[in-house]
Amino acid sequence: MRGATHAKWAAGAVAVALTATACGGGGGGSSSGSGGANGIVSASWGDPQNPLEPANTNEVQGGKVLDMIFRGLKRYNPKTAKAENWLAQSITTKDSQNFNVTVKKGWTFSNGEKITAKSFVDAWNYGAYLKNNQVNAPFFQYIDGYDAVHPTTGQPSAKTMSGLKVTGPQTFTVRLSQKFSMWPDTLGYAAFSPLPSVFFTDHAKWLSKPIGDGPYTISSYTKGSQMKLRKWKNYPGPDKAKNGGVDLKVYTDNNTAYTDLTAGNLDLVDDIPASQLKNVKSDLNGRYLNTPAGIIQTIAFPFYNKNWNGKNSAKLRTGLSMAINRAQITKTIFENTRTPATDWTSPVLGTAGGYQHGLCGKACVYNPAEARKLIKEGGGIPGGRMTITYNADTGSHKEWVDATCNSINNVLHNNKACVGAPVGTFADFRSRITQHKMSGPFRAGWQMDYPLIQDFLQPLYYTNASSNDGKFSSPKFDKLVNQANAETDRTKAVKLFQQAEGVVRDQMAAIPLWYQNGSAGYSDRVSNVELNPFSVPVYGDIKVK
Amino acid sequence: MGRYVIRRLLQMIPVFIGATLLIFLMVNVMGDPIQGLCGNKACDPATAAQLRREFGLDKPVWQQYLTYMGHVFEGNFGTAFNGQPVIDLMAAAFPVTIRLTIVAIIFEIIIGIALGVVTGLRRGRPVDTTVLLLTLVVISVPTFVTGLLIQLLLGVEWNVISPSVSPEAPFNELIVPGLVLASVSLAYVTRLTRTSIAENRRADYVRTAIAKGLPRRRVVVRHLLRNSLIPVVTFIGTDIGSLMGGAIVTERIFNIHGVGYQLYQGILRQNSQTVVGFVTVLVLVFLVANLLVDLLYAVLDPRIRYA
Amino acid sequence: MPEHTPGGPGDGAIAPTGAGGQMDIATEGAGPGPAPGGPEEGGFGQPRSLWSDAWHDLRRNPVFIISSLVILFLIVISIWPSLIASGNPLSCDLAHAQDGPSPGHPFGFNGQGCDVYTRTVYGARASVTVGVCATAGVAVVGSILGGLAGFYGGTWDALLSRLTDIFFGIPVVLGGLVLLSVITSSTVWPVVGFIVLLGWPQIARIARGSVITIKENDFVQAARALGASDSRMLLRHIMPNAIAPVIVVATIALGTFISLEATLSFLGVGVKPPTVSWGIDISSASPYVRNAPHMLLWPAGALAITVLAFIMLGDAVRDALDPKLR
Repeated sequence: MRGATHAKWAAGAVAVALTATACGGGGGGSSSGSGGANGIVSASWGDPQNPLEPANTNEVQGGKVLDMIFRGLKRYNPKTAKAENWLAQSITTKDSQNFNVTVKKGWTFSNGEKITAKSFVDAWNYGAYLKNNQVNAPFFQYIDGYDAVHPTTGQPSAKTMSGLKVTGPQTFTVRLSQKFSMWPDTLGYAAFSPLPSVFFTDHAKWLSKPIGDGPYTISSYTKGSQMKLRKWKNYPGPDKAKNGGVDLKVYTDNNTAYTDLTAGNLDLVDDIPASQLKNVKSDLNGRYLNTPAGIIQTIAFPFYNKNWNGKNSAKLRTGLSMAINRAQITKTIFENTRTPATDWTSPVLGTAGGYQHGLCGKACVYNPAEARKLIKEGGGIPGGRMTITYNADTGSHKEWVDATCNSINNVLHNNKACVGAPVGTFADFRSRITQHKMSGPFRAGWQMDYPLIQDFLQPLYYTNASSNDGKFSSPKFDKLVNQANAETDRTKAVKLFQQAEGVVRDQMAAIPLWYQNGSAGYSDRVSNVELNPFSVPVYGDIKVK
Repeated sequence: MGRYVIRRLLQMIPVFIGATLLIFLMVNVMGDPIQGLCGNKACDPATAAQLRREFGLDKPVWQQYLTYMGHVFEGNFGTAFNGQPVIDLMAAAFPVTIRLTIVAIIFEIIIGIALGVVTGLRRGRPVDTTVLLLTLVVISVPTFVTGLLIQLLLGVEWNVISPSVSPEAPFNELIVPGLVLASVSLAYVTRLTRTSIAENRRADYVRTAIAKGLPRRRVVVRHLLRNSLIPVVTFIGTDIGSLMGGAIVTERIFNIHGVGYQLYQGILRQNSQTVVGFVTVLVLVFLVANLLVDLLYAVLDPRIRYA
Repeated sequence: MPEHTPGGPGDGAIAPTGAGGQMDIATEGAGPGPAPGGPEEGGFGQPRSLWSDAWHDLRRNPVFIISSLVILFLIVISIWPSLIASGNPLSCDLAHAQDGPSPGHPFGFNGQGCDVYTRTVYGARASVTVGVCATAGVAVVGSILGGLAGFYGGTWDALLSRLTDIFFGIPVVLGGLVLLSVITSSTVWPVVGFIVLLGWPQIARIARGSVITIKENDFVQAARALGASDSRMLLRHIMPNAIAPVIVVATIALGTFISLEATLSFLGVGVKPPTVSWGIDISSASPYVRNAPHMLLWPAGALAITVLAFIMLGDAVRDALDPKLR
């Protein structure tokens, strides 16, 4: 079909149009479009923000590529989110602080280099070292000696972390600076990937075409427009690619990607624009996914501001939470691609992992009368007027912020009690947060790094934690988290974390809004499309007809 | 004439310095770009400080500017935050955008002037009213909507174009995006031409030409149009630059990786090196376009001379 | 602005400015004085100035009368929106989001469940103010600077033209984020000032080009030979003849400025909520045009009518000023 339409163009401008058709990408008309196990999937992509180093990629677009070209010690099961040993033969500990790691034999990078214990230790030391400018460096902070390679101020005094020791070709030991029983489960994060020696010897060459140990290799990479990944035939792992490769095409607007999908020029769009959600069923004939992901949206408060941290402010914050009609907003604004939140974690953790439906209780249930009462008891909205600050440049937050404010306003019978306050750029928004310039509530979102309840609580609400944007502080919460981290029994640890979450609820440290789902649409050329708990498509499992 | 051109070209130097300084300061005023690099998390302070050193953001602004200009004279426009040299970004973006702009300008010239002549000669007739209504639609409906609807209609319903433009962006794929981009300017060109034509058709030289018995066509093209074009040419001259730098919406709709997009990204990410590099080139384009316009004045109206 | 009661003292001043600008041109010219006629002044009776001639023509021009009435209507509802809309533009119920027309809600509801009719009526104030004031500012600044540059040429021209080159180079997005993000006022005035600041170079260019051609005309040379002063030549002979392209560009720009306000809002630096404007409603309705075109239709239609009225008015004024049409 696509070939035919291009034939019309070709009549007009032969030579140019031929190039256009060939490069138009994955549709049925393109030369690479043979089906079956060698079929190529074309998928939408966004330009990664940072260079594609594992310890320097903290957003989903770069994460997509790393997920295809890297495998680490652990891998999160795309369905259950459970951390499973992958390159790790075993990770053992007796005291939750010293770990022995054995790396499986037989794994290589796609350039043939063997993966050894050193591949990991070198990579981790590189990621943690301050002068390498890796934004994910804090992921290594629990390893002993991190302070020396990455001091808060001044120059590093060492290049490697003392807590890492290679003890044999395939074995190394890790000593943490504190007890952290769930630490092995964090190792599925891309920052912990092994790196080949060429990464260190010829960095520029590696960057132009990264080499890893995952089921795909990069066959070509044109920055800013597309990346072609091909199946690595000799991949030693069990999750071999079920297609011939993936062409990632950069779209500057997901609406265009969606239009290309409906026109049959693209096979997979993993971010359906909100305005098209109403049409998606009829446009795509059911080829649409809407699956939970480890993302929760909240409203944070500036605890450094007296107005929001007074004696009765917890009542005010709880009252506001009860004034938000989550069910209506998720249904109307988000077409059910969000689920009203009833705790501060995510359903993808599963009950065993610590998700507890309804932990928030009635504080997260819309109740206008009770909300009015609590807000009044909490001293009313400071100054009679509040804003919800958000950044205007990414992620179309305006609609839900306006809807949330309208919901609060309707409860309070005051049309101007709450208004949205946009900030031009994300960087400016972040600057205002880190410099404590927020005078009222602001949007906060959290995408999990690894599927652990710890990741939803400690970085966000622990005193002075890295992403504790509102500067919430509770000794009781901190104590429970410390206990949980030291607890070697997983079930008990989870229980303690949930108790800590109870503190967050009683204080209403942040208003949980909704759990975000991953959404994706795909063409009739492909099947077996799924999103993992990080809302990244499981590219390797996609089958081409 | 030759000296005039040389003088104008020399004026580029202060404009170049002024524009770069102004843009550099503006991007700097926006604040600290590093905070935007760490996703939804707060940047680890040590990494942030290190990145600031790396990009030279820890130095005073004047020093940053001098360093930057020093590099520019060596042909080095710096690097974007994703590690790509700005010169590469420009090399990728400008050819595409120039092609898109050419298509848009051709539409403006051909359709805009033709409609302007027709409506100017037939003021108040149905054709004039129809064009006026079209003008209103173009102005009051956002480009985003017209672009989207055209894309849906031609790209999905009728399947005559590909909804998105391929990375190579050849001319034939840019016809529809070029028309969308030109739409608002078309309204200006049409009405400017219409007014000029209506005004000049009663001028003495036109009456003389008609009295001499010249064929109508010749009168319109040779005498009437030529003398009516000055405001139109001026407008198109000012439009070239805004089409190149301001095609953000059109580029997004059709997924064209051009100047508008890169500039927009650079601004949102507060990457002064990208922004200053792109804007500098755009300012030079303005200078050249305006010089050409001024020279065209003399061609269109022989009474205008440049010393 | 909504914190004022409709028709409050702060707003009363806004709208009439736009109309006043038009009136001034006419009354000034009609004032006393010998006023020898324009270049090709003809006809019978006592010679009148070009401006008073124009006013004489305009009063009899139906296009002028109709467009003036439409503009007057817009001004009235900008000041007293409650005259024709009884609802509250900020009262929204998400349960009605994107619903079509229903009794009491003739235009339906928008994406937040607010009444589209009420919002369209209330949006006139911000949008008409931005459109009219920004256009007036751009036209005045641009035609004065451009006119002087074109008339005197030489160094002044070079300086001014190079300044416009630099101003053209400033991307709207960057200018908006830098200049407007520090402003917390929820009025439209920062936006108006911003548009004037970035918008004048285009009019200046047009006016300059126009003046350069006109000043070569015989009647200007004749006036110069007769010893007319610079200011007299500019005001009496050149400007009236050079103004047509400025009027054309300005009347169209009026519409684009109203849309530009929406772009700025989209960037988070435009008119701040809870102010209501057509621009904001148009841009938030745009993505949903496939499902709920009515949300776009009404504010865009209001914008179209406004632009039409000003284009017709501009046309009428231009015709009235053109001696050749007489």
